[in-house]
Parts: sequence; C-alpha cells; structure tokens
Amino acid sequence: MTSAEKILAAHSGRKRVNPGEFLNVRVDLVLANDITAPLAIKEFQRLGVNKVYDPKRIVVVPDHFCPNKDLLSAEQAKLIRQFARQHNLVYFEVGRMGIEHVLLPEQGLVLPGEVVVGADSHTCTYGALAAFATGMGSTDIAVAMATGEIWMKVPPTIRFVYHGKLKKWVGGKDLILYTIGNVGVDGALYSVMEFAGEAINELPMDGRFTMANMAIEAGAKTGIFKADGKMQKYIKTRAKRSYKLYQSDDDATFAKVIEYDVSQIEPQVALPHLPSNVKPISKIGDIRIDQVVIGSCTNGRLDDLLQAAEILKGKQVHPEVRCIIIPGTQQVYLDALRRGLIETFIRAGAVVSTPTCGPCLGGHMGVLAAGERCLSTTNRNFVGRMGSPQSEVYLASPAVAAASAILGKIASPEEAVN
Amino acid sequence: MKLKGKVHKFGDNVNTDAIIPARYLSVSEPGELAGHCMEGIDSEFPANTEQGDIIVAGSNFGCGSSREHAPLAIKAAGISCVIARSFARIFFRNAINIGLPALECPEAVENIRAGDTVEVDLTTGKITNLAAGKTFLAEPYPDFMMEIINAGGLVEYTKKKLAKGR
Repeated sequence: MTSAEKILAAHSGRKRVNPGEFLNVRVDLVLANDITAPLAIKEFQRLGVNKVYDPKRIVVVPDHFCPNKDLLSAEQAKLIRQFARQHNLVYFEVGRMGIEHVLLPEQGLVLPGEVVVGADSHTCTYGALAAFATGMGSTDIAVAMATGEIWMKVPPTIRFVYHGKLKKWVGGKDLILYTIGNVGVDGALYSVMEFAGEAINELPMDGRFTMANMAIEAGAKTGIFKADGKMQKYIKTRAKRSYKLYQSDDDATFAKVIEYDVSQIEPQVALPHLPSNVKPISKIGDIRIDQVVIGSCTNGRLDDLLQAAEILKGKQVHPEVRCIIIPGTQQVYLDALRRGLIETFIRAGAVVSTPTCGPCLGGHMGVLAAGERCLSTTNRNFVGRMGSPQSEVYLASPAVAAASAILGKIASPEEAVN
Repeated sequence: MKLKGKVHKFGDNVNTDAIIPARYLSVSEPGELAGHCMEGIDSEFPANTEQGDIIVAGSNFGCGSSREHAPLAIKAAGISCVIARSFARIFFRNAINIGLPALECPEAVENIRAGDTVEVDLTTGKITNLAAGKTFLAEPYPDFMMEIINAGGLVEYTKKKLAKGR
C-alpha cells in the first residue's frame, strides 16, 4: 500500500484499503477559520448535538478577514470566538493567531500519520508532515466536529519523482508550479500526489510545506511526503502526542509515476489566470507590476522571508511598486525580527503586516484595483482573486517576488542581485 | 425526481472565486450570496437565471477553495442541477452535502448548448436535451452517496445515523 492508503486503513479499522472504496474515517484533527466556521457552526447546530466529539482536537483560527477588516467580518469573528469559548476548542486569538497552515505545524498540532480535515482547501499543506490532510466544506467539517468521523473515498496515488540538484534560487514553489504547469489544474484530480526523489530529500521543510500546500491546485485530495530524518527533526521538538510513521511499500501500486529532471529548471512564474499557466522566468518578457505580496500559507514561513531579505538587503523597492510582506505567524514574525529581516524590509521600503490571509483572496491588506498587476507568492491567480476582476495575479517564489519588487517588473533573482 | 430548465453554459475550470468572489464571504446567507453568483465570469448571471435553470460546464467545475458558499450561491440563484465533464472534489462533496445535484456526463456537455432546455431524471441519471431530442446517461452515484442524497444531505444523513446509534 501507499503511505496514504496505510493512514486511511489505520483510521478506519481496516487491514487494507483500495482506491475507490468508501470508508468511514476517524479524524485526529478538525480545522475551521473565520469564513468557513460560521457555516460549519450553523450546520453543527442543525445536527442537534450539544457537544463536539473532542474539544482538544478542534482548532479554530481567525485568519482570513482578521484582524477584523470591517463590520461584517467582525460579526463573523465574534460568532466563531463565542462558539470556540463555549465548547472550549483550541482557539488562537488575534495576537496569537497566524495563517492556519503555517500555525498548526509550528504549534505541533499536526503529526505524521494523522488524518486531518479542514474547512479550507489548503489543509493539504500538512502532507509535508506525512499526514493525510485534506480540505472539505463547512457541512463536512460540522459532521467531523460532532462525530470525529468523516466519509472518504480512497484516492489513487500518483507518485512524482524529482531527480537532480536544484539551482540557486530554485525551490519548493518552483517545483510545484513546474509540476502543475506539466499536469494541469486537474492533473491530479481526486488523487494523492506523493512527492519523492533526491531533490525532495534535499528540500528544507518550508519548501515541502509550499509544495504540499499547492497539491489542491492540481486538483489533488492531498500531497504527501516521506517521513524522513528532516521531517522527524522538525516534529520532535513540537509534538505533544505520540505519532506513527507510515511509508509507501516498495511494491505499492501507483496510478502513475511521473519523473522530472529538475537540475536545469529555472524559477517559475504562473501567469493569469490559472496556476497551470506556467513559464520559466527567462520566457516572461517585460511585465511591469504595481504590487508584490510575500507571505500566505504557501510562502509565509521563515525560509521564505530569509530568501526575500537576502535579495532586498541594501536595495530599494521600485518607487511604483507596493511591496507587502506578511509573516505567516507571530513566531515567524518574531524570528524575522530577531534576525534583522524586518529592518531589512522596512529600510527597503516594504510594508510588513501582522499575520493574515488578507490579500491572497482579495480580502484586505492589499486588494487590487482594475488594471493593476500583482506578483504574489500566494497560490491562486484566478480572475478577480486579489480584487478587481480586471486585475492580474502572477504567482512565483519569494526570491522572484523580492527581485520583482526592486526592479518594478517580473524579474529573476539573478537580475536583482547583480 | 425530474428537473427541467434552461441551460447556462460555461467552459473548463470554473473556479470558486468566479462562482462567488471571496470579498462577499463575510456573509453566509445564501440569498445574499446568490446576488453575486458567477460575478467573476458573467456579471449578468443572477439577473438572467430563473428558478430551475441548469448549469452545463466543462472539466474541473468548482476548482479552488473549499468555500461551501459556492454551491450555496448557485442553488440560491435558482439553479436546480449542475452537469459537468468533471468536478473538483471539494465542490462535488459540498454540492452533494447541501443537496445541489451534480452530474458528470461528458457526452451531455458536448451536445448541449446555452439556451437549450434540458430535462434531468435524477433517479436514472438520464439527461435529455429537449431542443435537440437527444438523451445521455450520467455517471450513476455510488450507493453510499445515494444514501446521503436520499436522506436530503449530509446533516440529515448524520442525524439519522446518530439517532440509530442511541
């Protein structure tokens, strides 16, 4: 069996599971945020139960439109805060909260071998920790909160193998954009993406979170990594519960095996309006930009900020560009502060925001006007994603974002540092 | 159960930001969401939609976010059923859970045009294009999913299950 199949079998009292089977799966953690929890709470109340299955395993994070961006979002945040207090859930208030998918791993709330369901499509991020984690809607989450179980169809697994050594300035974001560009936005529909190969073994944890995060952008149910030494080192200091490691068997059945030689790939950019509309940076041409966003559940971790700072240090953001940098959590913010990154950003003329999903989904902290163009380290570039339906979003790594902020056009990191 | 309605046709990869832009997610009232349904690709959609109309679309319908607001907005806009070549998985789950029929049928998508009147028999999966007089058969739902649909959605299904367990 694949690691994903083993996790699902272990959580449904089965010895073996096969793709296509329907299972009732026990969940280890349930997640919701300020825009999906209100609907989940409404459906939870309709279920007619008066308590959640286990308050320690239900996490609520007000990260999308928080700190409250307007009156309506304030009402939603109030509703979920009250529900969290009433049921004694794991809740992170503004000041302690961060972007959910950066926060939960950092806090040791997600562990290898677990099943995690979240009312947020990027819940698949936790595959970097060898967990089976997937996004669902609010009604599913309401049922999981009430019963601790959820129905699932066992997905087939597609194995992606990355050979070779990555060039400087090429990382997890480039690998996942390259992959989505290759297979398309439905290239892994209903499937698990299993990531393997030498380039993956070398990839730091933050780069793996970025890759797992965007598995949904290929239509996948989740993306999953091997529980190697790097991953276990990350988890060791954080885990507060015991956990189990599952590896795919040598004779596991994969729906497909896709292999890439990544030694020659350049930084990648996804052009409007699909994450699969990918080109290498050398083929982009002259594209002026109005805004740069560095942050999000995709690229709001310390490694991402370090990469941006390396390029921005001693340089100036282009006078016609707004550069918005958003550390993913308070801890990332504090680490960045201690390392002097925040000063680098401010001196370069960038703005540094409190953790929030904000601009990624056109919520707040950097909404785009008609005709504006943004180079963003986020995960989606659909029409109107960051604001006006007449605006454009280009997706890339923090290194490309920082370089583009300096040069006022989409640019390679080499161009900015030389 | 039979449905009949006028078709609104869309292409591939209709995403949740197009179905209901995130800027409207500070409310979850279906009626309010319906007023902005499909705003990302067709701002006239709510005005041009009548109760019972049907969406026919290409592959990967509903890709993107997990927002249940997307199928809720479509349902509240008056749409009785979505037929697509394929669905993004979270959207598909959400649609079934809230009671918006979602049928996969590539042949129907090829042979139905915007403005056609289509009849759908949910029990048999039979889709008839009344304008062209052609009939297609959608992928049948697995038994397990049919139980959720017959119960009237996931909440009702779970309620029954919980009542049995007591």
